[in-house]
This record gives sequence, structure tokens and C-alpha cells, in this order.
Amino acid sequence: MLTIAISKGRIYREALPLLDAAGIRPNDDPDTSRKLLLDTNLADVRLLVLRARDVPTFVEHGAADAGIAGKDVLLEHGGGGLYEPLDLGIARCRMVVAARRGCESLPRRPRVATKYVVSTRRYFAQKSVQAEIIELYGSMELAPLVGLADCIVDLVDTGGTLAANDLVEVGDVCPISSRLVVNRASMKMKHERMKAFIDSLADAVSNVSAQGAGRARAS
Amino acid sequence: MISDRWLLPEGVEEVLAPDAARLENLRRGVLDLYSSWGYELVIPPFIEYLESLLVGTGSDLDLKTFKLTDQLTGRLMGVRADMTPQVARIDARNRRGDACSRFCYLGTVLHALPDGFTRTRSPVQVGAELYGHAGFESDCEILTLMLETLELAGVEEVHVDLGHVGVFRALARRAGIDGDRESALHDALQRKARGEIAALLETADPGVAAMIEALAELNGEASVLAEARARLGNVDDEVVAAIDRLERIAEIVKARFPATPLHVDLAELRGYRYHTGAVFAALVPGHGQEVARGGRYDAIGSAFEHARPATGFSTDLKSLLSLARAGGAEVEQSVILAPWSSEPALAALVKKLRKEGKRVVYELPGEQRAPGGGVRHVLRKRDGKWLVTETED
Repeated sequence: MLTIAISKGRIYREALPLLDAAGIRPNDDPDTSRKLLLDTNLADVRLLVLRARDVPTFVEHGAADAGIAGKDVLLEHGGGGLYEPLDLGIARCRMVVAARRGCESLPRRPRVATKYVVSTRRYFAQKSVQAEIIELYGSMELAPLVGLADCIVDLVDTGGTLAANDLVEVGDVCPISSRLVVNRASMKMKHERMKAFIDSLADAVSNVSAQGAGRARAS
Repeated sequence: MISDRWLLPEGVEEVLAPDAARLENLRRGVLDLYSSWGYELVIPPFIEYLESLLVGTGSDLDLKTFKLTDQLTGRLMGVRADMTPQVARIDARNRRGDACSRFCYLGTVLHALPDGFTRTRSPVQVGAELYGHAGFESDCEILTLMLETLELAGVEEVHVDLGHVGVFRALARRAGIDGDRESALHDALQRKARGEIAALLETADPGVAAMIEALAELNGEASVLAEARARLGNVDDEVVAAIDRLERIAEIVKARFPATPLHVDLAELRGYRYHTGAVFAALVPGHGQEVARGGRYDAIGSAFEHARPATGFSTDLKSLLSLARAGGAEVEQSVILAPWSSEPALAALVKKLRKEGKRVVYELPGEQRAPGGGVRHVLRKRDGKWLVTETED
């Protein structure tokens, strides 16, 4: 039995074609079904539908053999206990620092609102800036507008939310994409099955990127 | 808060009946096992000066160690988080020439941070160390002892994972990678993050870079070693020697434990900072982390001015007990109930029965007894003589 943990939403939608190429098709759709444990067309593969932040925890402790998680989540988790063999290249975005338009220069000791405490601390330390970090769980964009923080660290895809809230990027933390993570013990004890799964996903990823390159050339 | 006064600190637990008896039974069993192999028991102190406690093991152990100030000297002391460095000190300071030493140890260690799935901070660490022998035979001896420990504890379906930190170390040196870049590469390799490994090796010699990248894929059955020889075998004597050694260890493990699946992983670098050679771990299905691990750390005595070859393993007795098949190590003893009496004849009989290993409990006048309680026999007086009789129900 191979149990794969995955989060709902964008990662799930973009991972489906890759899983499909690897021969795995879930029997239910988590957006319409309330099931959290999805069977698939393969009798020995099932999917766990989780909150994104919980994926590394389930995989590290072996409750799932493998999982698909954003690099943002893995950086916060501290990926030491996990294998991370494959960058799936999906759910791409960037982690950035953003401040209110007109207040782009930050004070010597800025207050930063973020969900990504570990990455934020590391980023500012590398810039030799001592930052006060305020941990929030959502709607970070509000914090600078109401004076809770000088800037935020958040994920940006198109930049629409930032613009709508009168925020501008002032720093680039790192690019983000989803990774395949694998439990250390499963990699060793279910080696053949796991290796086949990883290889088929790797093939799917390289096919997708080859197609992407082809499309880019055609346009 | 009075209502939560009874709560124990996170990760600190008490062991009650019947688990405490099972734990004690297992404790005696493993110590007898090591004694039968010729391993001498040592009992290191629970607390000692930090500088000797943290020697040669890197920052992992520093974070894990509870610290306090010694009021007598003002120096920092630590509660042991791992007994291995203590035993290394014992070997370095008490050795008899170059003769091999075999030591075993068992005791509670304390972790400042919870570890692993059990989240415990107070494991009961047990292990064995062999000093003074550099060959693969001592690796095999320790690995065998580790597997016999698991067998004794009733842990089933054990898988063995085998690696060698010397392969990566030699290749990194050959590629001229050290310091922060080596740590970053080590970290990426430990996660088998192929893309990151390739990015870190961009400026390295392409031949060696390809070999380091290959490490992330060189895992699987023992046949992987033949592949490793083909892909890595022609640049560095140390790499060749490491592969040779793993092949010989794998051969012995297969012969001694034919039913135990063996997995080889050349990117397994856990404990890389202090391990120097072959490393191994035991895994069981349904448990996401190693249940026992060990390997070679030839340099560990150097801080005590006596470096010599060393290999050892350790595990947590409490987690072994939780993994053991339920009932596998059950310790149940039936109880003989004796009425309270001042008669010397009864007292003498009770003493005799206890000496024979029976468990005899005096029922005190007015004593309330929990129902059941393992009572199978009762002492009764028949025709002026005290006899052991079956309970009536």
C-alpha cells in the first residue's frame, strides 16, 4: 500500500495530470466529496487530503509514505526528516517581501507580519537586518495598512492581491514550487514500489516541461 | 493552576504496571545478552561537565542537552542526552594498552527537545560499543548484536539499512568542496533533493559532480553495490574500500539473518559529523523512523587524546517495548494470597514460597482488594497445617 498525502486546491489540481501520467487516478474529487481518504484506480494507492502545512508532518512520521508539498511549507517544517527527491514544477510562485506603496524603505528594526516565520527570519538575518516577526495565519496584506507591521513576507503569484491592497514588492525571498517528499523508512522498506512511483513522476515532469518549452518556441 | 498540577512535562513519562515489569524484564534480558557476548557493563554518570559531554558530536547534541550551572565550580554541566560520548571517554581514559574493549550501557537519557514519533524526552538508551578493531568484522559483530537485541525485544519484520559516510566524504574532498558548501551539499543529499544537489555542484569537476549526484540514486537492494562499483569505482581508493567493506558486511548479514531484508543507501548520512565509516539502522513497517542505529566513529576518542577505531549501536528500550508484538514479552505472575496471622509456621512457609520465586501477598485485616489481581492460590490451614490451595471460584 502506498499512501500519498496532498493538499486541496491549487496543488491538487496541478498535481492531478502528473499523477495521471504516473497511472494514478483518484476515484473521488475532494472538491465535491467530503472524503479525506481517497481510493484510486490502483488498489494499492490511496490519497490523503490534508491542509498543506500538515503534509510534511504526516510524511515524516510515516502516516503517509509520500506527499506533495510546497517548498514554502517544507522550509517552515525544516525538511531534515524527509526525502525531497523531485521538484514537480507545479504551483509555482514566489515568496517576497512587500510594503505599503510610499513606505518602501524599512526602518532599522522592521516589524514583519508573516505565516513563514522560519524563512522570514533566515532572509532578514542574511541581509543583516534584525526583524521583529509577527506570526499571522492569513490576510497578511492587511497588517501594513493598519499599522500592525512595516512589511509582510508572503507568496505572490500574479501580484493582484498586493496591488489591490496598495502594496509593492521590496524584496525577493525565494522561488517556490511543489516538491515530492518521501518518508525515509518507506523509501527503504517499499523501495521497489517507491522508486517506480518516483521515476514515473519524474518522467511526467520532464514531459510537461518539454511540452512547455515546445509551446514557448511555437508562440 | 491546581487542576493541572498532576501533569508531567511534555515528553516526560512514567511507566506503570504491567509495562514497567516488561521494561525491567527486557532490561535484564538485553544486559544478559551483552554479557554473553563478552560486553562489560559500564554505568556513566547522569550529569557531567558540558565540555566532555558534547565532545566530537556536533551541534545536534548541544541543542538536545539540558544544561545547568554547577554551584561548586560555576562551570556548566549537562544532563546526558546520549551515552555514547561518555562511553568513549571511559574507553579513552581507562584502556588497557591496545587491547580491544567491549562495553555496554543502559540508562535514562534526557532530551531538551522531543524527538521522533513518540515525542519522548526521556528515552531509556541501551547500546554496545566495540573499541580497538578497525575491520569489517567488528561492524558485523555490532550489527548482529543490534539485530539480536531487536529479536529479544520481540520486534518483528525488521529491515536493515546500510550505508557508508566515507563515500561522500572522499568524493566531496576530491571535488574540493568544504565548509558551508559541504554542509549545504550534505543537507541536500540527506534529502535526496536531486535538483538542489546538481545546483550546488555546478562549479565542481563534472566527473566527480556526476558521482556525487549518483549517490542520491544509489539505493536499493545489495546489488546496488555492484552498480556503485561501476559508477564510482575508479577514482578514489577510499571509495573502493568503502564499497568493498559494505559488500562484505552485506554478505555476513544475509548469511546470519536470511529473512531480514537488507537495503543499501550511499546517501544515508545521518550522524555524518561524527561517523567515519559504515553506518546502519533498523527499520520496521508502520514506523516512519529508525528504531535502532549505529556505525563506526573512529575519531570519537580524539578529544580525550586516545583516538582509536570504534563502532557501536544504540536504541531506546521504551520504544522497542511499544513496537514489540503485544503479549510477546508479557510478564504475568500469579499471586498466592495469605491471611494475616502471627503464626510462625505461616511466616516460615511464606518466606519459603517467596524464596522459590512465588509472589505471596498477605491480606491485611480489613484490606480491600481489587477484583482479580492475579490471585490463583490461597494459603489455608487444614488439620493444623498450612497448605497452598486453589481459589474457590
